[in-house]
This record gives sequence, C-alpha cells and structure tokens, in this order.
Amino acid sequence: MNREDFNMLKNNIVYFDNGATTLKPNCVKEAIVDYYDNYTANAHRGDYKTSLVVDNKYEETRNKIKKFINAKENSEIVFTSGATQSLNYIVFGYFKNKLKKDDEVLITVSEHASNILPWFVLQKEIGIKVKYIELDNDYKVTIDNVKKAITNNTKVISLAHITNVVGDVRPIEEISKLAHKNNILFVVDAAQSIAHTKVDVQKMDIDFLVFSGHKMYGPTGIGVLYGKYDLLEEMSPINYGGGMNAIFTKDGYIELREIPTRFEAGTPNIEGVIGLSSAIDYINNVGIEKIELYEKNLRKYLIDRLKELDFVEVYNYNVDSGSIAFNIKNVFAQDTAIYLDKYNICVRAGNHCAKILSDALKVNNTCRISLSFYNTKEEIDLLINVLKNSKNIYNEIL
Amino acid sequence: MDNNERRNIILSNYQDNTNRKDVDDNDYIKVNSRNASCIDNINIYIKINNNIIEDIKFNGEACVIAISSTVTLIKNLINKNINDALYIINNYEKMVEGLDYDVNVLNELLAFDDISKQPSRKICATLASRKIKEILEKSM
Repeated sequence: MNREDFNMLKNNIVYFDNGATTLKPNCVKEAIVDYYDNYTANAHRGDYKTSLVVDNKYEETRNKIKKFINAKENSEIVFTSGATQSLNYIVFGYFKNKLKKDDEVLITVSEHASNILPWFVLQKEIGIKVKYIELDNDYKVTIDNVKKAITNNTKVISLAHITNVVGDVRPIEEISKLAHKNNILFVVDAAQSIAHTKVDVQKMDIDFLVFSGHKMYGPTGIGVLYGKYDLLEEMSPINYGGGMNAIFTKDGYIELREIPTRFEAGTPNIEGVIGLSSAIDYINNVGIEKIELYEKNLRKYLIDRLKELDFVEVYNYNVDSGSIAFNIKNVFAQDTAIYLDKYNICVRAGNHCAKILSDALKVNNTCRISLSFYNTKEEIDLLINVLKNSKNIYNEIL
Repeated sequence: MDNNERRNIILSNYQDNTNRKDVDDNDYIKVNSRNASCIDNINIYIKINNNIIEDIKFNGEACVIAISSTVTLIKNLINKNINDALYIINNYEKMVEGLDYDVNVLNELLAFDDISKQPSRKICATLASRKIKEILEKSM
C-alpha cells in the first residue's frame, strides 16, 4: 500500500531489505529540502527568526517522538546518530558508572552486534558478566527461560524487541514485569520494531529504549535514546562541548545544561531531526495498527508461497514479524542474493550483524527478506517465480 | 575465452572437492582468509618442503567465485617452487586488476579474466591468492 509515496519504487526494484534500511517517502525528502531552502540556521541560537523556526521544529520533533512512544516527558527523548550510538551511550554513560565486578547482564545470542559488543567491553573493563538467555526451538525468548537466567547478580536485561535475523517478537511487557520484580533494569532495542508495531514505553514499562530513524522511513544518521527521567539524571554525558554546558570556568568547573540537552553536544543533526519528524507524521497518517496488520498478512502469504518450494529452507517459519531467513539448499547465501539481484530483487545475504547466532541456527549465512507495507503479493509472486527458475542459478550469475 | 567456456571452467572447479578439506597436520601452515565486507570465510593449509609447494587444502564457506578461484589457483600452485608460484599469483592478481599480465602461466585461471570488470567481485576472486601470497613471501 501507499507505493505512490516512494519515488524509489519507480526504479523497477523489489525492495525486500527493510530490516537494513527502509525507503523514504517523498514527504521526508521534501521536509529536508524545505529546511535547506527556507529556514537554514543552527539550533539553540534563537537570535533571529529562522533560527527560532529551527528551534521550534527541533523541539516539536522531540514532542512528536514523546507521543509516538508514549513517554512521560519530552526531556526523556535524546537525539543520537542511531540505535548503535544510543546503546553505546546507555552502556558507557549510565551502566559503566552503576555496575560493578560480577554484576550480570542478560542478553541472547540473537542480539545485534550493537547490543553485544558494548557489554563485552564493560565485561573486560570492569568485570561484569555477560550471560545468555537460552532460546527455545523456534529461537524465541520465553518468560521461563528469562526466569531461569536471572540470578541474584542480574542487574540488566538488554534485548531487542524484534530481532533482526530471526524476527522473533519478544514478550516485552512480561519480561519488564519480571525484571522490575527482581530490581533489574530493562533495556530494549526497538530498531526492528519501531516502524512495524506499537511501542509504548509506559505500558511496556521500559527503562531505556533505542531506535534509528532510517529504519522507520526517516533519514540516516538520526536516532533516539529514551530513558526514564530519573535514570537520565544519573547518566553522564559522553561528549562534551558546545550546547551541553551551562557554565564553565578557567579552573575546570563545568555546569551541565538540563536533560536532555546535556547529552546532545555540538551542532545536532538538524536535517535528520526534521526528516524524522516528517517520517513520524507519515507513519501516524498511515497508521501503525494498519501497517502491522498488512505486514502480518503479507508475511503469511510469503511463508505459504515459500512452502511450495521444497528446495528452499526457511529457518523461522514460526515467528510473527516480517523478517524471513532462508537459503536455497546447497547454494551459498550470497550467490542467491546475486541471482535475485539479476531480477532487481533486493535481499540481504550474510550473518546480519548477529555473528554468534550461527551456532543456534546451525547455519552461518542466510538470505533475509524483511518486509514493509509497500511490499505486495505481486512482488512475492515474482520472487517465487524467480526462485522456481533457479535450477541453473550459476549459469545466470557467472 | 567465450562465456560458455568461462562458465564451464568456473563451475567444474567450484564442484571439485579434491582439495576441499580441513587438515590436522603440523607440516601444514594454516591461515584464515575472510572478506569482512561480505561473508566469505575459508581456512587454507599449505605444505612447503624444500622450497616446493607440496600440497594446499582449504575449507570453509564462500561464494561461487571465491571457492572456484581458490580451487583453480590451488591446482596451479601444487608442485611449483615458491618463485614460480609467486609469479603465477602476481600475474593472476594483475589480471584481476585489469593490468597487463603473462597469459602463459595462468591456465584455467584465465576463466576469471572478466572479474576486472566487476569491482565488487575482485575481493571474492582474490580470497585465497592474497593469503597464499603472504605465506609464500614469508617462506622465502
């Protein structure tokens, strides 16, 4: 649906790599051009009219995001460069000061590298322990397995809402209740879910949440860190410089600005914020519930059609998001992706930044289809036909 | 070389498993080669004796171009002395880069002469040659 809003779709491509980045609706591009054409200025310098317009747009966007994820306060929304920077900020700006030797952080093997590597660094630096919640046979996180993984030393659970390879949807509300009952903080990586299902930080009672603009129809280079206000009060800035200080004196005294401004040193990514603002309007106009329902039906159609092909192995039939990992049997994932590209079908091949998941999947590399609401049944039919004709795949790609 | 001939050589070498196996033998030098930007990842095992490459084996996962070029290169290098082997590798790499090269020493590796026109596949076609070259240079 809404294909006319995306100029990229006029280029005769079937874009099935939405987990990597989504296409951008024309309104996002227009909003960015409008900023450069009509009110270019820096933010937080409101001494003249255009600068004030920028300030207003910037803070309006914060408010829009607050409403979008149902945060309590605008001040709980920090702009970052993306989910990766947000997670690094949380780990090194907050948890590095709070955790001590032998404290445990629970993750899973199917997390994205950005939700694993920062914790590994903390493990090395201060001696915390990174532990893994066991996955069930469908690679899902069950509440029982979370319970089993919790010990007296568990201080953090850090999980993706929806994972980027298997696409399993985690029971966030249940995990959150269990975490808080045990005085554990809960960090949620919503990069793969924010554009596909409703995220409500109050209802889900999430302590820290991260996501990227470019996976939700916005520009690259802009993302969000949400934290409950009392937690952000305890977080240290990672970057120091302009915009984040209230006063500093010759003897080294620094007084920080208020939250969240103290976490946004330097000139912010203004075009990114303005583009993200437009992307959120766009999602709201289409309707997140409508998007979720459409994508769910489309996924079911894709799975049903893939089941017709006995030479294709699908690794995650039993999950609910729009991410499907598969291989043509006995063909290397990248060769399959190159073959599909001959027909302008874009899929991702590889381990999708989830390098330690391969032991669980028992396969190192897969092709991944990740759907969006602008994908159609006709595109899936084309994919199936191309796969059906893949008998001579090497003749085509060599 | 026409497209059919090229394709046949690449495919038949891709399917040739003669030297595709792991080795657990201290006489072999083991080296890993991977392409970080894609997902090619192989181990290479080289046995050198008295300046002669007695054997090379490899195992791992990689695309058709990476595997086939590895198989073809290995066939060309076994039983060569290090100098001759390096001469072959250097000329192979020149071909992949689209530079002038000695056509007389490459045999079936000539099937990869088209790679120079596909910049994204150059790293696939040199997955093995880069690391074997390193080992040979160190062994001189």
